[in-house]
Amino acid sequence: MEEKLKLGPENFEALPKAEELDNEKIAAPSLTFVQDAWRRLKMNKGALISFIIIVLMIIISFGSTPFINHDSLVKSAPKYANLPAKIPGVPINGLNGKLKVSGEWVDEYKQNNVPDNKYFVLGTDYLGHSLAERIIYGTKISLIVALVATFFDLTLGVAYGIVSGWRGGRVDNVMQRIIEIISSIPSLVIVVLMLIVLKPGMTSIIAAIAISSWTTMARMIRAETLQLKSQEYVLAARTLGESPWKIAWKHLVPNLSSIIIIQTMYTIPTAIFFEAFLSFIGIGISAPQTSLGVLLNDGQKNFQFLPYQMWYPAIVLCVLMIAFNLLGDGLRDAFDPKTRR
Amino acid sequence: MRKYLLKRVFYMILTLFLVATITFFLMKLMPGTPYSNQQKMTAQQIQIMNEQYGLNKPMWMQYLIYLGGMLHGDLGVSFQFSNQPVSYLIASRIGASAQLGIQAMIFGVVLGIVIGSIAAVNKNTWIDTLCTILSIIGKSVPNFVLAVLLQFYIALKLGWFPIADWGGFSYTVLPTIALGVGPLAETARFIRTGMVDVLNSDYIELAKAKGMSRYGIVWHHALRNSLIPLVTLIGPYTVALMTGSMVIENIFSIPGIGEQFVKSILTNDYPTIMGVTMLFSAGLVAVILLTDIIYGIIDPRIRLSGSGD
Repeated sequence: MEEKLKLGPENFEALPKAEELDNEKIAAPSLTFVQDAWRRLKMNKGALISFIIIVLMIIISFGSTPFINHDSLVKSAPKYANLPAKIPGVPINGLNGKLKVSGEWVDEYKQNNVPDNKYFVLGTDYLGHSLAERIIYGTKISLIVALVATFFDLTLGVAYGIVSGWRGGRVDNVMQRIIEIISSIPSLVIVVLMLIVLKPGMTSIIAAIAISSWTTMARMIRAETLQLKSQEYVLAARTLGESPWKIAWKHLVPNLSSIIIIQTMYTIPTAIFFEAFLSFIGIGISAPQTSLGVLLNDGQKNFQFLPYQMWYPAIVLCVLMIAFNLLGDGLRDAFDPKTRR
Repeated sequence: MRKYLLKRVFYMILTLFLVATITFFLMKLMPGTPYSNQQKMTAQQIQIMNEQYGLNKPMWMQYLIYLGGMLHGDLGVSFQFSNQPVSYLIASRIGASAQLGIQAMIFGVVLGIVIGSIAAVNKNTWIDTLCTILSIIGKSVPNFVLAVLLQFYIALKLGWFPIADWGGFSYTVLPTIALGVGPLAETARFIRTGMVDVLNSDYIELAKAKGMSRYGIVWHHALRNSLIPLVTLIGPYTVALMTGSMVIENIFSIPGIGEQFVKSILTNDYPTIMGVTMLFSAGLVAVILLTDIIYGIIDPRIRLSGSGD
């Protein structure tokens, strides 16, 4: 009833060898997490340009340290005061040493008997300081503030969040209440308190950032740690007797890295704005040091007659903020493709 | 619900108490005395002054007096503004600040919702790109830069609005725009993300299948559901408006709290600094509590008592 098939080796036919291999071949090269994110970031033009701008700004502002320091900031040259921008060989009004005075373009360099070989690329301020030098120095201050905020985000924020999420229970409860209290005091108030105790300047701004900037990071890290804690690989590591420190460093931090990077990119523009804001109202950086906020405040006083004194620092500050915001968005899309739409 | 509320109010009072305590002791820690030319004063004069301001009492007693005064709204006497009580100074200036803050909030949020919805509905078109660029710029340009530019180009050059000072509604237009652009950009981004999410959900498909008009869908389904998370942004907006008011009120010389705060910082007027500090903290804490309650009421999916643990 059952007909047996008579099959011998001759009934079978070997497939060509190459085809066999092709089935198992992985088309794309295997990429690590960072490589993958970098590949996605490169596709985002805006983020890439922002990244290049930020790198350039970092190189220029920190590379200028030997040339633009405390000595060159104090040195004033009243005979060169309030000169507009002059770039040799550029015949555009406003960049050739001419300034619009009551509707007419006047060569300020000639009027003030400035030697022919002396020129200022972005003009000078009311004390004859080169505006370009001041803007570079101000950018450096902004970047330092950004760096400090990042530092506290990465150390205090991440550590606090991991400890709070990992320990859980009463420790977590107390730590979260502390964060709640810190974050319900406006950071402005913290700055003012710091200004009263310390004197206005970099120290009090940094102290205020140290106190207030890391709370959002800590909250996000805690929430994510709570989820990661119950993952199998963490359980396995615990079962094998790995120490909590090692688990945090080897398992939690790498898995938290995308949140850490994204959140840092949101902290930076906030910190830069904060410094510029404080310096603008006169309770931040003070003379002889300068920052973009101070330059804006100085420029704003003469805006009607010497508009370039405010425009240049304003443009630099806006470009810096836009670059960090765009890079932040780009990194978010690159590290977390789920949110991308 | 009641237990949760009581707990929250307790933390609120605790926070304010901590702020008050920290401010008080920081003030006392400061080097120097409140008198500007103490060398010229005789010991008797100093004693009389100390008695008048209660500075001869022990520290703990001063602290208790300060806390007690705060409980019934007595914030001390300003050193600078012709010896007026701080509470009076604040009361006489809060109107302008509050009006400006509320106007800026309404302007920013309403326009932000409109721009965000337009961007979401026209996803991945040039309209969307334009809205995204605008919101990035709005988020990145500091409000004080914008305020100076508006003041110069629109008020001075074009003469459409008064340059500065405080009078009728026309005086508030430019400060409101300058203050509201930050919340506007943030709202637009937020609404766009939320609405793109909602527009992909099943009930929108159903509404489309029923033959509802495009605007009907956006108005009845998409907008309402993407508005809910916006409530959580009210707290950060309040902070932004408080911070912003300091500088915007200065630029447009509006007699508000922010302007006075800056003045009192620059002149070391400690009682006023403490008073405004307490006002800002109390305002923020109250707003955070209110938003949490509102959030619980409009979105029953969120359990208030849970608070994450």
